Amino acid sequence: MAAGQQGAIMGFVHRRRRGAELFLLVLALAVGVGAYAAVGIGVEGEVPVDLLGYGGWLAGLVVAAHVVIRFVAPYADPVLLPVVAALNGLGLAVIHRLDLADGTTFARQQLTWMTLGVLLFVGTLVVLRDHRVLTRFTYTSGLAAIVLLLLPLVPGLGKTINGARIWIGVGPFSFQPGEVAKVLLVVAFAGYLVLHRDALALAGRRLLVVDLPRGRDLGPILAMWLISLGILVFQRDLGSSLLFFGLFLVMLYVATERPGWLVVGSTLFLGGALVAWRLFGHVRTRVDIWLDPFAYYGEGTSDQSYQLVESLFGMGWGGLLGRGFGEGSPDRIPYAESDFIVGAIGEELGLTGVIAVLLLYGLIVERALRAALISRDGFGKLVATGLASVFALQVFVVVGGVTRLIPLTGLTTPFLSYGGSSLVANWVIIALVLRISDLARRPAPSVGDTAGDADADAETTQVVRLS
Amino acid sequence: MTMNKPIRTISIFCLLLFLALMVNATYLQYHAAGDLNDDQRNRRVIDAAYSRERGAILVGRDSVAVSEPADDEYEFLRTYPQPFKYAPLTGFFSYTYGASAIERTQNGVLSGEDSRLFVTKLVDLVSNDQSEGGNVQLTIDPAAQDAAYAGLTALGKGTRGSVVALQPSSGKVLAMVSLPTYDPNNLASHDFSAVADTWERLTDDPGQPLLNRAIQTTLPPGSTFKVVTAAAAIEAGLYTAEDQVPGGASYQLPLTSGETGLIDNEGRACGTGRIPFTQAMEQSCNTTFAALAGEVGAEGMLETAEAFGFNSTYLEDLRPQAESVYPADPDAAQLGQTGLGQFEVRATPLQMAMVVAGIANGGVVMRPYVVDEVQSADYEVLDKTEPTELSQAVKPQTADEVTELMVSTVERGTASPAAIQGVEVAGKTGTAQSGDPDRPPYAWFVSFAPDEDVAVAVVIENADISRSEIAGGTLGGPIAKAVMEAVIRQ
Repeated sequence: MAAGQQGAIMGFVHRRRRGAELFLLVLALAVGVGAYAAVGIGVEGEVPVDLLGYGGWLAGLVVAAHVVIRFVAPYADPVLLPVVAALNGLGLAVIHRLDLADGTTFARQQLTWMTLGVLLFVGTLVVLRDHRVLTRFTYTSGLAAIVLLLLPLVPGLGKTINGARIWIGVGPFSFQPGEVAKVLLVVAFAGYLVLHRDALALAGRRLLVVDLPRGRDLGPILAMWLISLGILVFQRDLGSSLLFFGLFLVMLYVATERPGWLVVGSTLFLGGALVAWRLFGHVRTRVDIWLDPFAYYGEGTSDQSYQLVESLFGMGWGGLLGRGFGEGSPDRIPYAESDFIVGAIGEELGLTGVIAVLLLYGLIVERALRAALISRDGFGKLVATGLASVFALQVFVVVGGVTRLIPLTGLTTPFLSYGGSSLVANWVIIALVLRISDLARRPAPSVGDTAGDADADAETTQVVRLS
Repeated sequence: MTMNKPIRTISIFCLLLFLALMVNATYLQYHAAGDLNDDQRNRRVIDAAYSRERGAILVGRDSVAVSEPADDEYEFLRTYPQPFKYAPLTGFFSYTYGASAIERTQNGVLSGEDSRLFVTKLVDLVSNDQSEGGNVQLTIDPAAQDAAYAGLTALGKGTRGSVVALQPSSGKVLAMVSLPTYDPNNLASHDFSAVADTWERLTDDPGQPLLNRAIQTTLPPGSTFKVVTAAAAIEAGLYTAEDQVPGGASYQLPLTSGETGLIDNEGRACGTGRIPFTQAMEQSCNTTFAALAGEVGAEGMLETAEAFGFNSTYLEDLRPQAESVYPADPDAAQLGQTGLGQFEVRATPLQMAMVVAGIANGGVVMRPYVVDEVQSADYEVLDKTEPTELSQAVKPQTADEVTELMVSTVERGTASPAAIQGVEVAGKTGTAQSGDPDRPPYAWFVSFAPDEDVAVAVVIENADISRSEIAGGTLGGPIAKAVMEAVIRQ
């Protein structure tokens, strides 16, 4: 690290911006509570009787999160929590709207899960005062991720839902351990890569476009990845396989700074996709449906694309401004409250709503990557990049699938979809990103040791005065 | 800073992913939305259309299709006050089986989605309200429709046939009746199992009640086609109405010998050698018109037939419609047969009405239409159909001479049942074999009033008559007369 370069970066001091966060939170609550009220008016013709209680609970949760941030992560990014609160609130309202149509009570359960998610979010921030502590748990997290991924295969514990054996049932609750494994894998990959990145980047034989690292450096991480991927293929969870592969590739590329890995990875992905297409009937079916969904819809066909086509019809029906809550038929889409929630939003809130949601997701990714860029330690950079990528890829895979940009592979839509494991895991992801951004934005801890730092200090002073 | 370069690359990659999602969502919800909404299987569109207050279909001052408030989840029930008489025009509007006829072709107006209702549509777009459906005013003359329906149903239960009346000067359809018919109320019902039963019964019925015979069936036009043959011969300059044409009791078709190619006149008086053109038309002389077709030639016959509308479709307000046929390359013997409307010549009742309407209108065939006006929900006229010329089929002089021949056919010949006291009427009968010896022949009648503005075609498919031209006139003639009187006496 050159002293001058360091000085230029240290020269800017981030402000805490907690007031801005509170203001944005009020807007986010207006979205969540407003959407809930709009659902009541649109579907039942009256403001929901429990609006105050519901709004109060939602406000209590996010304000509590905000207060905790003020104390334990005062320099954390001020945009992330409001964006997440808006998405979670909107998701709750849409799930509630589908509940009213279907006679289910998913929204109530989702609110419980959100409460648990916020508790874990707070817990993560309180307990984890420095994310670098996590480097101690590199192998533990990796092992835990694999165990979690294996759990659904345990007889009596695992549950098969819609052809994918990715659930475990504990009492009345269903839990998707893959969602938590996702976070653990990021921590494990980052911990390993930050230690071995020099070795991985340097030595080894050259193969076509990339310098392959030595086997003993790459071995453990490759093994970890192959095991997790193998389990996923075995469990027929295409979406997560895609997600983990992309995550692995991105983190390896960032750690080694070798673009060749992207070429190798893309080749491997295309090869793997081709092999999967040749070998597995359910992969071929997905591709066929993607190419011509209308040929598999309606009477006289296998009706396998019913869900996708209903979602496409709904989004077309919604048009630019949407039908409005209660005016569409999103309940025609099977599982609209989970994987296909974007279809429901597209129908009743229109293209406007869909673009707004995508922009919110884009903001989360952008903020996480910004934290990665300004983070002062390699581990923080890798974790933040990994979490941002996993988030971006997940949104791309599920929204792209629902809107027929790519073949459909089941994944939840972060913060919007009904699903406890996904919601809780995503709240923890945000807590980790906030912790990394808090440390990155905090003023540099020590100055004055070297000439370079002294210069930087002088510049800092000047900048502060001007601003 | 280390690793920042790849992180920036990843940022750009993520940006591209999100851009792709947004572009795709925009394509889906803006550009592709129209196609998605037009998909016949899209229940959202059907449900919305079904629970919306549709505009009315109007005939004169009465509604023949109207949405009545209903006390169930669909809010409105489509009701047809005069179901059987108007079913071929209104069509049905069913939750399960879609819509037909005007309910289908004018769905944009009736459901409120047509751009002509745009003033209110724009307000609705902003306020996200559902727009009110507009009304469709038909060209139908209720008196003519009543006369046509009464005349055809009077022939008895099980009658298959149709009546079409046109206003020659504009192409307006004044009456369109088809039997057997059906009750569209039973298909619009909210009792879906009863609707399914009705649908099954209607589609299984050998009489095909859902078929609009006026535009969806083609039959050999028989002797009514002699009007086209006469027009072609006069147009070609071969004869005038005062000239002598080939007559005789029999005519041997070219390229044939013996019984099979021998044309006769079923005992009607067609003289020997040369006879007056008027006599040939009055007595519907097969021998004359077989010879005339040969003299005009295949090309001239085809040209005249197509100028009247054969081998094309022209009615845009009702779909689907069958295309009337005049064969492209008949040999000399077949050409002779086409002169009397046999061989492969087939026509819809609407087509034969257009032939006589073209003669009545000085040779100009107007494009037929059923939708007269598009109105807003408040009965404000938004669009009125302008009559358009389909073709100048024959010269005005030719049309006058054919009229002369047909007037004399009513006054002194086979078409006399259509004569109206004090009004000049031109007409022509026709009887065509169905091709199946067990089935009765088709009885045709076409007529118009030269000094008035009405032309009629009547066809009865299962007429219980002998194969006689005079008998053909006795069935269709009075119906044509009643329809013309209904129009004239207003």
